[in-house]
Amino acid sequence: MLKLQKIDLYYGQFQALFDVSISVEQGETLAIIGANGAGKTSLLRLIAGAHSAGSGEILFKGEEVNKRPAYEMAKLGIALVPEGRMLFPSLTVEENLLVGNYVRRPGPWKLNDIYKLFPSLHERRKNPSSNISGGQQQMVAIGRALMSNPNLILLDEISLGLAPLIIEEIYRVVKQISALGTTVILVEQDVRRGMNAADRVYCLLEGKISLTGRPSELSMEEVSQAYFGV
Amino acid sequence: MDWLNAIVQGILLGGLYALYGTGLSLIFGVMRIVNLAHGDFIVLAAYLSLVVTQIAGLSPFATILAVVPLLFVFGYVLQKTVLNRALTGNLLPPVVITFGISIILQNALQLIFSPNSQGLDAGSLETASIQLGRLNIGWVPFITLITAIVVLAILQLFLTRTALGRAFRATSDNPGIAELMGINSRQIYGIALGLSLAIVALAGILLGIRTNFAPAEGPARLLFAFETVIIGGLGNLWGTLIGGIILGIAQVIGASFNPGWFQLAGHVVTLLVLAFLPSGLFPRTREL
Amino acid sequence: MRSLLYTPERRIAVIGFLVAAVLISMASWGEIRTMSLLIEFFYLLALSQLWNLLAGYAGLVSVGQQAWIGIGGYALLVMADDFGIPLGLAFLLVGVVAALLSYPAAKLLFRLRGGYYAIGTWVVSEVFYLLISGSTSWSGGGLGRSLQAARFIQPPAMRITLVYVIAVVLAIGSIALVYYLMRSRLGLGLTAIRDSEMGAASLGVNVNKLKLFVYVVCAAGTAIVGALIYLNALNIIPKAAFSVNWTAYMIFMVVIGGIGTIEGPIFGTIVFFLLRQYLSDFGEWSLIILGCAAVIIMLVAPQGLWGIIRGRSQIELFPVRRKLSPNFEKSE
Ligand SMILES: Nc1ncnc2c1ncn2[C@@H]1O[C@H](COP(=O)(O)OP(=O)(O)OP(=O)(O)O)[C@@H](O)[C@H]1O
Ligand SMILES: [Mg+2]
Repeated sequence: MLKLQKIDLYYGQFQALFDVSISVEQGETLAIIGANGAGKTSLLRLIAGAHSAGSGEILFKGEEVNKRPAYEMAKLGIALVPEGRMLFPSLTVEENLLVGNYVRRPGPWKLNDIYKLFPSLHERRKNPSSNISGGQQQMVAIGRALMSNPNLILLDEISLGLAPLIIEEIYRVVKQISALGTTVILVEQDVRRGMNAADRVYCLLEGKISLTGRPSELSMEEVSQAYFGV
Repeated sequence: MDWLNAIVQGILLGGLYALYGTGLSLIFGVMRIVNLAHGDFIVLAAYLSLVVTQIAGLSPFATILAVVPLLFVFGYVLQKTVLNRALTGNLLPPVVITFGISIILQNALQLIFSPNSQGLDAGSLETASIQLGRLNIGWVPFITLITAIVVLAILQLFLTRTALGRAFRATSDNPGIAELMGINSRQIYGIALGLSLAIVALAGILLGIRTNFAPAEGPARLLFAFETVIIGGLGNLWGTLIGGIILGIAQVIGASFNPGWFQLAGHVVTLLVLAFLPSGLFPRTREL
Repeated sequence: MRSLLYTPERRIAVIGFLVAAVLISMASWGEIRTMSLLIEFFYLLALSQLWNLLAGYAGLVSVGQQAWIGIGGYALLVMADDFGIPLGLAFLLVGVVAALLSYPAAKLLFRLRGGYYAIGTWVVSEVFYLLISGSTSWSGGGLGRSLQAARFIQPPAMRITLVYVIAVVLAIGSIALVYYLMRSRLGLGLTAIRDSEMGAASLGVNVNKLKLFVYVVCAAGTAIVGALIYLNALNIIPKAAFSVNWTAYMIFMVVIGGIGTIEGPIFGTIVFFLLRQYLSDFGEWSLIILGCAAVIIMLVAPQGLWGIIRGRSQIELFPVRRKLSPNFEKSE
């Protein structure tokens, strides 16, 4: 459903992605792993329309979408859970979730489904979103993305800075989302975590794809070499 | 002096200033720019109303139906065609452009309508008043105050209860993330300036019914709007009403000592607030 | 001679002195009419340089600089005529008065951010205006008052010559002020602030102190120019002295010429000055045209006319920006 072909991405003079080609099928879960600064966030933001590629093609549901603004990509069914959660601090928990539904795409996710998914958010729904724990903020960020009923959800380091129990809970939810047929691309620095959750893995090294394959078919040595480049 | 009367008249005047301030703080809240032509749009609205009354023979109150939508569209188009291109994160372009628009509007109005002051004719209502003991409450100022309260209430409902209103606040918090939610921030900015000028249109017409106006009076209106916002506290919706009322009371009391102190008293109160309560009387709330 | 011209600073200084000498020598051979015209040009040039320093280099986008024109004019009149201070001394003291008044004003204004700061400067100007126009003994009432002390400079042509010389000195002096300020440590700090206020603060630049300094310097400079304007015009009315049109002119000149460079405002002043000569018959239209010009330039060519010229030819008359060494650039 999504295909990137020979993508170069620039920040001014600085090139962050080199000749990146990836593809993902409907319903698949993809993990993108890589060290700090490898370009994972850049890649996700590019797919979400927040950046545009200097060269190359991005096809989403068969349509060329490179250089489309982010707000159009959201309407097409791509939702990004950004690195660092990035909730709207002056909105309440519930209002953050409702903003996710701004595009009014039809689909299974309604406010109540989010509360069912993350029961602890329900009692906090009137709280300012800056006033809840980090784990809950991450839940709101995921819920906000789901509210747009996306076909493709992009998750950028959703485990960062959270307690192991919370991470478990969040990854259970990711499985549920995927089970409903939603395509997932998740970015992880925690290699094991990413590989466990995904059908296929891409490894990024300094802006280039250094390895790709199914987790079961990759040896730990291969991965660590692709990850660190040594 | 009659303190009670001064305070009541100040409160009534504050209604008008709350309308001035709301429009100014709305666009600052959403896109962090200040419209230096704000006051000139208030005066423009009064003139537009004058033109409509003359052409269509309507009462000034009825011209609201024409002038408010007209200024909404004008604001939307101005934002989409001009100001959106000036939002580079650098504060200079919006200041220079809105200042330029202010100069253009002032001189264009002077060219078309002469520098002399004119007024809107609302018939007997203009001078009608309610007598409450020794207090004399003019109908027009009273209607203005009620209008301000209604506008603020509607704005609050809009910002908290509607999807578009939440999109306004989300964009104000972080336009880049809001875009990821499918919100076109430039569209939001267009609507924001449209709404701001629609409120300005109401204020301008009510101003014109209340007193005479002249093309050069825009900047003074801008300063009153600014002072209302500073006294009430940046980004506090109902603070704007209180800010307007305090400004109005200060001006009326100042003028009762010396007619020349009308504006000066307002400026001094603003500077005092800035000196001792730099974030205004009311802190920022969640609304804007 | 070689060593005299060795650094850019010295080269510019020598050229500056030569230009000033030629312009000043005109006082002995130029026609009074020409000089009267040029007086206006030179004080506009000084004003545009000062506004550019304030807004273009220090990021203090002000629409209230008319405060200091009015203060300058009235300080001169009050000191010379009411307090009997000799005119020359009064002229110099104008800068001190403005500096003393601008310090508390800045302390208050710096609490405002961005566009609200701009309106705040306007409020400050209005406060000065209302205080002065409210006191008949200072303002002289509706008709204003005229500078009596200047009557002792006789014949009138002598006064024009004197004003002309001062105008030249102020114009060249303001360019020199900006040039040497920007090449000093302070200029480096300001450039850092312009790139990133937070970054500059983390490098140990005292952002507020620097801005405060620039604000006070520009207030004092503008007030001295204001004093000159009324030493030239002789009659002063509060409404005109504190008119926001002064700042409008400054903004037009700087924006049309190109903000954030020294050449830009020089260029903008020339264009503005010529335009005004031609447009002066058009009344309101002239301001409408200038306003449109400023808006359009800001939208399509924010670096102004000088930016367009420089973009093509890479010339730089006043190399304020320090060149990085090639090694340093590569390592970036
Ligand atoms: N807005 C930007 N402007 C300039 N350079 C950027 C920008 N965003 C990222 N970069 C650079 O691009 C490179 C890739 O950054 P990116 O954030 O995509 O990496 P990442 O893999 O997500 O890293 P992390 O694990 O730290 O989140 C880095 O070198 C970064 O410094
Ligand atoms: Mg990242």
